Amino acid sequence: MRTLSAYIHIPFCASRCGYCDFNTYTAAELHRDGTSITTTTYPDRVSAEINWLRNQNLTDDRQLSTVFFGGGTPTMISAPNLVRILDAAKTTYGLTSDAEVTTEANPDSVSLQDLEILRNGGFTRISFGHQSSASNVLQILERTHTPGKTWQAIDDARKAGFEHVSVDLIYGTPGESEQDLIGTLNDVADADVDHVSAYSLIVEPGTKLAARVARGEVAQPSDDVAAQRYGVIDAALKKMNMTWYEVSNWSKPGGECRHNIAYWKNQDWLGIGPGAHAHTSGTRSWNVKHPAAWAALIDEGASPAADQEVLAPADIAHEEIMLRLRLREGLELKVLAEAGIVEARLALAQGLLEVTDFEAGMAVLTYKGRLLADGLVARLWA
Amino acid sequence: MSKAINPPKPGATDPKIIRNFCIIAHIDHGKSTLADRMLQITEIVDPRHMRAQYLDRMDIERERGITIKSQAVRLPFVAANNETYILNLIDTPGHVDFTYEVSRSLAACEGAVLLVDAAQGIEAQTLANLYLALENNLTIIPVLNKIDLPAAQPEKYAAELAHIIGCDPETVLKVSAKTGAGVEVLLNEIVRQIPAPVGDPQAPARALIFDSVYDTYRGVVTYVRVIDGRIPHRDRIKMMSTGETHETLEVGVISPDPLASSAIGVGEVGYLITGVKDVRQSRVGDTVTLSGNPATQSLGGYRDPVPMVFSGLYPLDGSDYPELREALDKLKLNDAALVYEPETSVALGFGFRCGFLGLLHLEIVRERLEREFNLELISTAPNVVYRVVMDDGKEIIVTNPSEFPGGKVAEVNEPVVKSTILTPSEFVGSIMELCQTRRGTLLGMDYLSEDRVEMRYTLPLAEIVFDFFDQLKSKTRGYASLDYEPTGEQSADLVKVDILLHGDPVDAFSAIVHRDKAYNYGLAMAAKLKDLIPRQQFEVPIQAAIGARIIARETIRAIRKDVLAKCYGGDISRKRKLLEKQKEGKKRMKMVGRVEVPQEAFIAALSTDDNGPKVKAK
Repeated sequence: MRTLSAYIHIPFCASRCGYCDFNTYTAAELHRDGTSITTTTYPDRVSAEINWLRNQNLTDDRQLSTVFFGGGTPTMISAPNLVRILDAAKTTYGLTSDAEVTTEANPDSVSLQDLEILRNGGFTRISFGHQSSASNVLQILERTHTPGKTWQAIDDARKAGFEHVSVDLIYGTPGESEQDLIGTLNDVADADVDHVSAYSLIVEPGTKLAARVARGEVAQPSDDVAAQRYGVIDAALKKMNMTWYEVSNWSKPGGECRHNIAYWKNQDWLGIGPGAHAHTSGTRSWNVKHPAAWAALIDEGASPAADQEVLAPADIAHEEIMLRLRLREGLELKVLAEAGIVEARLALAQGLLEVTDFEAGMAVLTYKGRLLADGLVARLWA
Repeated sequence: MSKAINPPKPGATDPKIIRNFCIIAHIDHGKSTLADRMLQITEIVDPRHMRAQYLDRMDIERERGITIKSQAVRLPFVAANNETYILNLIDTPGHVDFTYEVSRSLAACEGAVLLVDAAQGIEAQTLANLYLALENNLTIIPVLNKIDLPAAQPEKYAAELAHIIGCDPETVLKVSAKTGAGVEVLLNEIVRQIPAPVGDPQAPARALIFDSVYDTYRGVVTYVRVIDGRIPHRDRIKMMSTGETHETLEVGVISPDPLASSAIGVGEVGYLITGVKDVRQSRVGDTVTLSGNPATQSLGGYRDPVPMVFSGLYPLDGSDYPELREALDKLKLNDAALVYEPETSVALGFGFRCGFLGLLHLEIVRERLEREFNLELISTAPNVVYRVVMDDGKEIIVTNPSEFPGGKVAEVNEPVVKSTILTPSEFVGSIMELCQTRRGTLLGMDYLSEDRVEMRYTLPLAEIVFDFFDQLKSKTRGYASLDYEPTGEQSADLVKVDILLHGDPVDAFSAIVHRDKAYNYGLAMAAKLKDLIPRQQFEVPIQAAIGARIIARETIRAIRKDVLAKCYGGDISRKRKLLEKQKEGKKRMKMVGRVEVPQEAFIAALSTDDNGPKVKAK
């Protein structure tokens, strides 16, 4: 039996960061588009979608094991309103007794009082988008917060009673030196969080940063540099008693993000809000992208879905390999076809898979393997 | 000028009024345009049906402006003396690869129009064909074309032609094939200067095959010049080289469309159709006689086409192999010089080792395969034929470098050519330097005019096949022209250089080169491949080796990072599809051992674009 999770998308940001291609909007952008959606009118629509979804499938009596508020910047919505959205989920689906409820937060946009409201309202985990402590890096990323704010916000989160605090880092930003990265990691060590996500910067087409790279104003570091930086991060986090549980995620024991793991284990999840993706009973579906179009459908009581894809057995098999291989827990070798096993043996010989786990019937990436996971996935599909 | 009324019929034409001639010209010097004007002046083509390059049949010919296969057209012409003459224009192919075909066309004529661009002067291939015509004792009528061009220098080039042929510059005719100026004068000069054919009408028939073309509907159409006797319709003919006999289902002349007749008589030029389906049964240079009353002596000069240049042709998509075989089988019907046999390459899969007369021939065959049969091909770098003598005296003929024997080699022989280079005198120094590095030996040098030089060199054919022509063009800003003909072979210090990828030799990249150049070849190829082959999940050494000795090495460093950092809920389908697409792309990769080599890398590394034949020799 698959567990059920909910992803709730909050498509608002105070300003757009130069590297970001997410489905998020500033107030000015929404105003220009002539939308009546604002941070204050949005929560009711979200609650309406949760109710609508629940009514589509009343026979499914699974409670939510994890809820994740992502964005955008969820904390652009007031803390009481975030709690109201969570309440809507509680009253429709209900939460399991040990449910994990996370929100992403911008260190700039939360006060101690907000954090207390969230914690008391049922949030168990908070993830701060710190990205980097180096001001030159933040400048390239066009992040608004000042580096010191993160540590204050983390302190406040602890005071408010959050046990699980995570920081998001971005590495491989044009202009970031190894020293910049080490400085950031030292700060993370001081903050004593129990979870870190570290993503290498991908210059997405259409972003301001992509234009700057194209113009030659800033240089994108090579994959070799990115690989070396990954090593710096992995080593530093190990010293903080954090081990990888997924290619880009590290935690102290018990600090893993269970919502994240639900994705990798191909569990079911609801996708709520404009552009949100869902995965339920072998079907992937996604909502219309623009908040105005989404809101109009919600107001009509119609489905906000833009389209769906029913996964064929081969797709499911491919996804399982692709997703599970990224986890420290690994992929059961027995799911591989014969040709895939041959490739796995070869990958073992090439030092991409752990020997002891392999002997126990699991494909688990070595350090080297983690950096080459995509190529290996394609090989294991053989 | 008026159209000939009731001209004499084929098979009943007095040889005295026949003039058989060809036009010797360089590509772009206006041969086809001149032929067009002749068709118009003699009014054998209805003006409404006239089109440019009327006689060129294949698309490739018309597009590239070159003639691949020759043809003959019968032009009844009322000369200035009001007598009607029969002019047979025998079109000759204009490229070095087809020297033998040219020589047979010339052997069918009594005279030749030497057509030279008045703005460019004579080119090497034209000069070579001129010498060939002089060897055949043809009467030469020198003509400068394009006198209407502002850049024309008729006096200068008339002097040049006069110097080469040994005539008075005043006698060089000046025409514009484009406007038609001077063309009628030329036709009258052809009548006046070129001797009528002399043959014995009573002797057993002998006709020279100077061309042989496969037609989908008619089978093989054979073009002949009757030397003695006559070839009637519905008679049994005999090919003197093989003794094979066939019935003439049709004989006739081209004027300019096929015109069947009861016979073709002594001195005449025409075609015959016997229903054979393969041009190999009707070979250029062979003598046709009648099986009822056969001649005892053939006309001589026949020889089998000898492939000089070999290349492996492989379908890009391995499943196209049967189509490639079928296409080659079809092309062969129309190309007696094309030879091929199946071959397997570790790197490229199943394909054919094909032999060609030269680089242009290769290029044309390849282009026809791609264009007419919709095939996508990879061709290996062209190579020549080596005769390897082993220590025990055994001889091995090597047409594929990867088959070059290892060890115990006593001697390696390579084909050599005698080449003629015509160049403005300012480039003599750089050409000498080039020929020196290409192992050339200077045979002689002559000034054609004050600033134009003819240089004669012996060169290994392999050097020419490599990138000699491109180098020559680039060192002379395109002004030099080149012609060559095989003259035999020489022994040389040649070695096979293998390219190893991760320790595995890649047969398609093996090359036979002079020992002095092996290191440079190995280094260049390794460097080229390093840039072309994507990084793999492991380090890949690229080595160049002579036997077991490594002479050059490059390393493709292992890829260190190949993983997308993020993969949130919404990205899962997208990421799966991305990886699936990448994997699909890998199917188009060829595996060399464990190394994935994109086909583009093979194509680029084997590319003849940089060092291959250039057909437009301008």
